[in-house]
Amino acid sequence: MTRISLLLTPVIIVGVAIILAILNLSTPPTSALHVSDFVIGLAGKYLCYAMLALAVDLVWGFAGILTLGHAAFFALGGYCMGMYLTREIGARGVYANADLPDFMIFIGWKQLPWYWHGFSHLPFAILMALIVPGVLAAVFGFAAFRSRVGGVYLSIITQALTYALLLAFFRNDMGFGGNNGMTDFKDIGGFPLDRSSTTTTLMVLSAIFTALSFLFARWLVRSRYGKVLVAVRDAESRTRFLGYRPEYYKLVLWTLSAMIAGIGGALYVPQVGIINPGEFAPANSIEAVIWVAVGGRGTLSGAILGAVLVNFGKTVLTGVMPGAWLYALGGLFILVTLFLPRGIMGTFAKRIVGAALPNAGQPQGLAAIDTEAADLHEAGADVETPA
Amino acid sequence: MTRYFPWRRAFAALLIAMLAWAPLTRAEAQTDPYAGLIVPNFDTIVTAVETIALSGDARAKPVLTALGNNELYTWKYPRPDHGLFIHDLDAGHWLNARTGAVIPTPPFMAVRKVVANDMVTGAIQTAMGVLDLSSPVVATRRKAAEAIFESPAANTLPIVQHALSTEKNPSVIATLQQAQAADELFTPGTGVETKLAAVKTVGARGDMVSRNMLASLSSGQDKTVAAAAAAAIAHIDFSLKLWSWLETVYYGLSLGSVLLLAAAGLAITFGVMGVINMAHGEMVMIGAYTTFCVQGFFRAYLPDFSGISLIVAIPVAFAVAGAIGIVIERSMIRFLYGRPLETLLATWGLSLVLQQAIRSLFGAENQNVITPGWMSGYFTLGGLTITLNRLCIIIFAFAVVGGLMAVMRYTPLGLRMRAVTQNRRMAASMGIRTPWIDAMTFGLGSGIAGVAGVALSQIDNVSPNLGQNYIIDSFMVVVFGGVGNLWGTVLAALTLGIVNKGLEPVAGAVLGKIVVLVLIIIFIQRRPRGLFPVKGRAVEA
Repeated sequence: MTRISLLLTPVIIVGVAIILAILNLSTPPTSALHVSDFVIGLAGKYLCYAMLALAVDLVWGFAGILTLGHAAFFALGGYCMGMYLTREIGARGVYANADLPDFMIFIGWKQLPWYWHGFSHLPFAILMALIVPGVLAAVFGFAAFRSRVGGVYLSIITQALTYALLLAFFRNDMGFGGNNGMTDFKDIGGFPLDRSSTTTTLMVLSAIFTALSFLFARWLVRSRYGKVLVAVRDAESRTRFLGYRPEYYKLVLWTLSAMIAGIGGALYVPQVGIINPGEFAPANSIEAVIWVAVGGRGTLSGAILGAVLVNFGKTVLTGVMPGAWLYALGGLFILVTLFLPRGIMGTFAKRIVGAALPNAGQPQGLAAIDTEAADLHEAGADVETPA
Repeated sequence: MTRYFPWRRAFAALLIAMLAWAPLTRAEAQTDPYAGLIVPNFDTIVTAVETIALSGDARAKPVLTALGNNELYTWKYPRPDHGLFIHDLDAGHWLNARTGAVIPTPPFMAVRKVVANDMVTGAIQTAMGVLDLSSPVVATRRKAAEAIFESPAANTLPIVQHALSTEKNPSVIATLQQAQAADELFTPGTGVETKLAAVKTVGARGDMVSRNMLASLSSGQDKTVAAAAAAAIAHIDFSLKLWSWLETVYYGLSLGSVLLLAAAGLAITFGVMGVINMAHGEMVMIGAYTTFCVQGFFRAYLPDFSGISLIVAIPVAFAVAGAIGIVIERSMIRFLYGRPLETLLATWGLSLVLQQAIRSLFGAENQNVITPGWMSGYFTLGGLTITLNRLCIIIFAFAVVGGLMAVMRYTPLGLRMRAVTQNRRMAASMGIRTPWIDAMTFGLGSGIAGVAGVALSQIDNVSPNLGQNYIIDSFMVVVFGGVGNLWGTVLAALTLGIVNKGLEPVAGAVLGKIVVLVLIIIFIQRRPRGLFPVKGRAVEA
């Protein structure tokens, strides 16, 4: 891939965001060119999803870890920001208590739990939106990669992780608002959230962060480190035999990816105005995987494209015919895996640019060389007696 | 009717009353237990009620019932016949209380109601219990004995002893003996020897009631009796703990069997074939909806046989889910062999489509699946209450897994399945049509999931989301047990069920589940291939 495409994606993202912002702020609502707040809100939401998709694509496309729990990191980042926004409400809540959020008064708590301290400061909350998902990912990844849990097993335990978090955050005595989560946010850093200028700024910020994450991810996978990663993805044993430690390569990527997802979540919450345990639902994580699959696994711009396209489709379809959305999403999963394993970007970018993309979706490395052994292994040939 | 015109006889009545009231002769009271009821004195009435209860007279029950319902009348001014009448309000006629014969309505002014106060009502209740002791129905007698045991008093002792002398049914005799022992404990002046024996009998019951009874006994007793009571309490505490522990195990077994049912099909599709079938839960759901449809069919066309509709639903659900499974395998999964992660995505998409399809067909609300009569109810086993539907599901789960193992081991299909999973090429060379075996294996796994749906429809809401609730749990079970090992699946399901239920009293249901999930995550780190890893030479690529 060339330098042009390196710059193309971030320029398009930020450019479109700025144009939308200008059209929203500088034109009167009656104008034909006016972009409504609703559209701005949608764009901001899609961009946050795009960051989640980038995070998923990093680990799935470049390290071969199919994560079914990345929305957990997204939601954790979101909760960090939600805690800040809740503290920002202050005495404007229903109980008009500046020291305690409404839901804590409701369940009869007398003082702020220790883990809520510091969240009245925006920089601290942003830092935490990076650190909390990062630390969780590091601990989880360290244990999993060191004991060489891989493939399907890893996918299943990532799903167990997000499911466990879902159940945990549903509990009222966790101190995160239980079932209802946190909502009714008033302002962020002193700027009221119901004002167009604030939402537009947040949308443009999301675009900038998406572009930065893209550039960072791009740099990461093009570096020497990234090349080893691809080697790990395609033939982990071989890479290990060559003297590399695949677990640490994976761990670093896994942690960074979780942090990108956390930032996405932190930007997501002020724009949608609510965070609740539903964000931890395993289905959300799997949906993020399909964005990547549609856009093109192993192509970073594809992940962004996939997230925006699929979510745009969701918005349109759920508006036009609500019953059809699950058919469409389900069908998309099936058709993309069966007929478009390299996704949109993977299929078309190769034709246009003619450059070699990571060979996603095809038997790779060891599998490509020794197809029979790999096939048998994958099909469960190591199973001796089933009974 | 003018015969009874009151004021003409008022004087005579008054005279008789002066002469013959209250002091009924002893002989009268013995020959006629009802005589006391006509005396307007509550103490006498209470005594009379007790006498009636002990008399065992056939009319005792209707008379006492009438007294309790304020339907019992007597002469306003006593007459030598000691008349006692029941005004049956439902039937609208009057009866002679002693004989039950219908009599002409007595003049309104000549009779008065026999009034019952709280004391009398209490006596009636006890008396009814005592009368139940001579009921021809065994269950009623046992219940009456039980009631006497639960509120022991000295005055019921002769009644219990009388009942014991005539009782034939061994289980009622046992309860009566316990009631006798309880009465003896609360009768002042019982000998120490008798009390010790009574403590032993009561303690042997071993439930909460007997424990409380012994605990209330402790003060003001002979030392040896008190010591015996304390020992009996300690024993009861121990056995209660044992029963509660057994109860946890049973609940765990029950949850484990549900997990086992949900995971059994997955043990075939995922464990044996290596296909990550995320639509497995939807196969379970389809099984449950098949049950609903079969019941609907029975309701419409064969209402007399609706009791067996659940049995009929089992093969139907197997066939429906199995056929859908075969179609899925042929149209989708066979293109994805060797790419497990892609299979995961495609089958997840399929699960969304299937859910939505069911939602479009049946609606999103819960469907009403009926539990047949033979599956509802419960019985007690020692300190355990066992509900029949749970028991049926436990038995069914083991039957399904047993059947599955038999199919794998003893049928030609099972032989070929094992051959194909062990060495696909060799199997193909030996003339086995491997694609056909793939389809059949997937169909078998899906069919088992459908059968599980029949059972789960009895304990869970039949809604399009039914499968979603089980998919994560089933994968946990299969992974925990070790892929490709049915015994591992059985053990994992039961272990997870029991651990989950064991944690519930300590940590609460939700936290318990979280702990189990975290434990599984940690466990997989330690043993990435499950409880029973299948040994093989394949490299972990």
